[in-house]
Amino acid sequence: MSADQSTILRALCSVVLMSVVMLTAGCAQKGDGLVVYSARNEPLIRPLFDRYTAETGIEITYVTDSAESLMQRLAAEDKNTPADVLLTVDAGNLWFAASNNLLATIESDVLEANIPAHLKDPDNRWFGMSVRARSIVYNLNAVDPAELVDYAGLGDEKWRGRLCLRTSKKVYNQSLVAMLIAQYGEPATEAIVSAWVDNLATDVFANDTLVLRAIAAGQCDVGIVNSYYLGRLLKKEPDSPLKLFWPAAGTGGVHVNISGAAVTRHAKHEQEAVKFLEWLSSGTAQEMFAGSNLEFPAHPGIAADPLVASWGQFSPSELNLAQAGELQADAVRLMDRAGYH
Amino acid sequence: MQPGAFPLPQPAKPGAPSRLIVGRRGRLITAATCALPALIPLVIVVGAIFLPAWDIWRHLVRYVLPDVVSNTLMLVLGVGAGTFVIGTSLAWLVTVYEFPGRRLFSWALMLPMAVPGYVLGFVAIGFFEYSGPFQTMLRAWFDGGVNVPAFRSYLGIVAVMTLTLYPYVFLIARAAFATQGQRALEVAQSAGYTRTQAFFSVALPMARPWLAGAVLLVVMETLADFGTVSVFNYDTFTTAIYKAWYSLFSIRSALQLASVLLLFVLVVVLLERKLRAGARYTAAGSVRRRRRIRVTGVGRWLAPMAPFLVILAGFILPALQLAVWASAHGADLDQRYLGYVGRTLFLAGIGAAMITAVAAVLSYAIRGDNRKSVNIFARIATMGYALPGAVLAVGIFVPLALLNNFLQDLLNSVMGSSAPQLMIQLSLLTLLMAYLARFLAVAFNPVDNNMHRITRSVDEAAYGLGVTGTALLHRVHFPILRAGLWTAMTLTFVDLMKELPITLMTRPFGWETLAVRVFEMTSEGEWQRAALPAIAIVATGLIPIAIMAGKVDRAAAT
Repeated sequence: MSADQSTILRALCSVVLMSVVMLTAGCAQKGDGLVVYSARNEPLIRPLFDRYTAETGIEITYVTDSAESLMQRLAAEDKNTPADVLLTVDAGNLWFAASNNLLATIESDVLEANIPAHLKDPDNRWFGMSVRARSIVYNLNAVDPAELVDYAGLGDEKWRGRLCLRTSKKVYNQSLVAMLIAQYGEPATEAIVSAWVDNLATDVFANDTLVLRAIAAGQCDVGIVNSYYLGRLLKKEPDSPLKLFWPAAGTGGVHVNISGAAVTRHAKHEQEAVKFLEWLSSGTAQEMFAGSNLEFPAHPGIAADPLVASWGQFSPSELNLAQAGELQADAVRLMDRAGYH
Repeated sequence: MQPGAFPLPQPAKPGAPSRLIVGRRGRLITAATCALPALIPLVIVVGAIFLPAWDIWRHLVRYVLPDVVSNTLMLVLGVGAGTFVIGTSLAWLVTVYEFPGRRLFSWALMLPMAVPGYVLGFVAIGFFEYSGPFQTMLRAWFDGGVNVPAFRSYLGIVAVMTLTLYPYVFLIARAAFATQGQRALEVAQSAGYTRTQAFFSVALPMARPWLAGAVLLVVMETLADFGTVSVFNYDTFTTAIYKAWYSLFSIRSALQLASVLLLFVLVVVLLERKLRAGARYTAAGSVRRRRRIRVTGVGRWLAPMAPFLVILAGFILPALQLAVWASAHGADLDQRYLGYVGRTLFLAGIGAAMITAVAAVLSYAIRGDNRKSVNIFARIATMGYALPGAVLAVGIFVPLALLNNFLQDLLNSVMGSSAPQLMIQLSLLTLLMAYLARFLAVAFNPVDNNMHRITRSVDEAAYGLGVTGTALLHRVHFPILRAGLWTAMTLTFVDLMKELPITLMTRPFGWETLAVRVFEMTSEGEWQRAALPAIAIVATGLIPIAIMAGKVDRAAAT
C-alpha cells in the first residue's frame, strides 16, 4: 500500500469514526417521561407540554413531522418505538393509524365523558381534542347570505365564476368530500364536485389563506375554508369584508374535522399516556389546545376563544369521523374524475 | 467479483499513477461502499414493483398520469433551458469580462440558491396574485383593471424554479470557464473568430461535460421537487407520488411511481454519458492568466445590469419581503434560535464535508477504470438525488428501524432486561447517511469533472519529476481538484441547509434546525410567520457562501 492510498484511507476512516461517535450520541435516550410523535406543530403543542410538566413533573420529549411519515415510523419501529402518544390533525390519519394496528385501545371514563361520540374512534383508539369547522366563507359586499344553503348549493349555476377553492390535495377537502359521499352517495357527490369545478373563478389555490384573500379582493365571492384561517386573518385585519356561513342542521350541518390524540400500541408508558390524554380533554388544557389555533374545544362544556364564539352557534355534522378516513381514498378518486385538482 | 473478470483496457503498471486506490477489487469495493447509502432506498423503491397495486394504477393511468407526465416533461424542459441560458451566460460574463461590480457579482450570483424554491414561489405568488399588491395597484391606477396573465402558471413556476436553480449551472460553468475560458479565447482568436463566435464554437463545446452535468443536476432536483410545485399547485410526477402515499394511503404504489421516475432519470443519465463520451478533457497545465476584457462605453453600465436584475428578483426582493414579514413576528425570535442556527450550520457543514470527501473517494475509485461494475456503482451512488426527499427518507428509515429491531432483540436475548434501548434509526449517523444518499450527485459532479482534468500525462509528468505518493496528491492533484472540491462543498452545504423531509424524519430528538422551524410554521399554513426562520436560513448561509465562493475563485485562479 502506497502513501497515496493511506492518505485517502486515513481521511475515510476519520469520517467513519466521527460518524460512529455521533451514533452513540443518538442512542442516548432518557428512559422516563412521555415521548410524543406529533403532526400538530410545535408552536401549538409546546405550551401544553410545558404546562403539563409544570403541573405533574412529567417530562415530555417530542418530535414533529408529517402525519404520514410519523405513521411509517411507528409501523417500522414496531415494538421498539420510543413513542407513547401520537398527536395528529385530521381524522383520516387517525383512522389510518388505527386500521394499521398502530394504536392501543384506551379505557378511560374521563375521555368517554369529555369527548362526544362522533369525535372519537368507535373502538376508543383515538379521541378528538379540538374541532376544526370547514365552512363556507363569503364576501359581505357581494353575497346576500340568504343565497347560501350548504356545500352542495355551491354547485348551483348562480355561483358560476364566483367560487374559489383550495386544492383537492389537501386532506381537509378530501375529508369534506368523504363526508359528502357518506351523506349523498358517490354519484350525487361526483355531480356536486363537478359543478364546483364548473363554478371556479380561477385555478384552485394552494392554501386557505389565499382563498380568503381572493374573496376579500373580489376575485371571487364564496369559498370553503377552515374557520381558524379566517380567525387569524380577522385578528390581523378586523375590517375584512369576510364572513362565515354555517350550513344548517337540516342540510347535514357543518363539516367538522378534528385534531386528535392516541396512545401507541407499544407505548412504554401506557398509563401515563392515558393520563396525559385525559388531562388534554379537560379544563384549561382544552382551552389552550383549541384556543391557541382558534379552533373549537372538543369538550362541549369548554368555551371557545371570544372571536370564535362571536361567529355564533353551529350544528356540526354528526356523522362519525372515522368515516372520513374510510372514504378518503374514494373521495380522492372522485375528485380526480371530476377534474378537481 | 473475481479479479480479472473484466479485462482492463489499459493494464496499469504496479504503482501507476491512476491507481491511487489499490487494486481492481479495492476500487470495486470502494465504489460499492460509496453507493451503499443510496442503494438501500433504491432497493426498497424498486422492490415495490413486485407488490402490484393494480386497482390504484388503473385509476392513476386514467385520471392522473396523462397530465402529470406532460406537465413534468414541460417543467424539466423549461427549467433546464432557463437555468442553462442564465447560468452559462452569467458565468461567461463574470469570467471573461471586467466591469464595475464584477467581483461582487461573481459570488453574489450564488445567493438565490439560499432561498428555498417554495419560499420564493410563495413570496412571488403573494405579490403577483389578484389579491397581491401588484395587481391591486394596477386596479387602482386603471379603472376596470388590467388583464394580467396569472402568475400561478407554467411560466410562473418555470421562472421561480429557474431563479433558485440556475446557481448550480452558474457555479459549475464558472469553474469550467475560469480554467478553460481564457484558453478557449486564445485558440479562437488565433483562428480569427470574434468573441461571440469563440463562445459558441469553442468555449461552450469545451465546457460541455461540465454544463451537461450541471443541467442534469437541475433536472434531477426539478423532478424530485415537492415544495415549489405544491405552492403553485402544479401537478408533476412527484405530486402523484405523494398523492398515492398521502391521499390514497398506498405507499406501495407511491414507491412504484418513484421507480418509474428513476427509470426516466436513468435514461437521462445515460443520455448525458453518451454526450460526454465524445468529450475531451483538457489537461490542467499552467493556465496563463490573461487579463479580463474590459468592457467600455455603454456596455460598461449595461454589463452589470443582467446579473443585478437576476439577484434582485432571486434574492434581494424576496429577502426584503421576508424581512418585512419576519419583523411582524419578531416575538418568535428567542434564545432557541441560537440552537437552530448552530445545528443548521453543524449539520450542513459536517454533511457537506462528508459528502464531498465521499465524492472524491468515489471519483478516485472509478478513475481510469472502464469496468462496467465500477461505473454502475458510481451511477447508483448518485441516483438518490432524483428521488423525492420524503420517499428517500422512508427508504432509509424503514430498513434501519428493522435492523434496529433485530439488534435490539439480539441484545435483549443476551442481556435480558438490562439491555440498553437502541435507536439507530434516529441517530446522526442515519441522518448523515440519508444526506449522503440524496446529495452525493451534487458533490460528485464537480469533483469528477475536475478529476478528469488530471490526465494520465499530468501524472506521468509528475512521476518524471519524482513527485509521488502524498506529495503527488498534495502538490499536483489537490491544486487541480480544489476548485471542484470547493464547488461541491458550496452546493451541498446550501442544499443541506434547506433540506427538509430527511431532516424531519431521521433527526434525533431535539435536533431542530431552521428548516424544521420553517416546516413548523408552514404545516398550519402560517407562511408569513415562517419568514423568520426562512430569512435566518438565508442569513446563515450568507457568510459560508461568501467564504466558499472565494475559495472557488482562488482555486480556479491558480
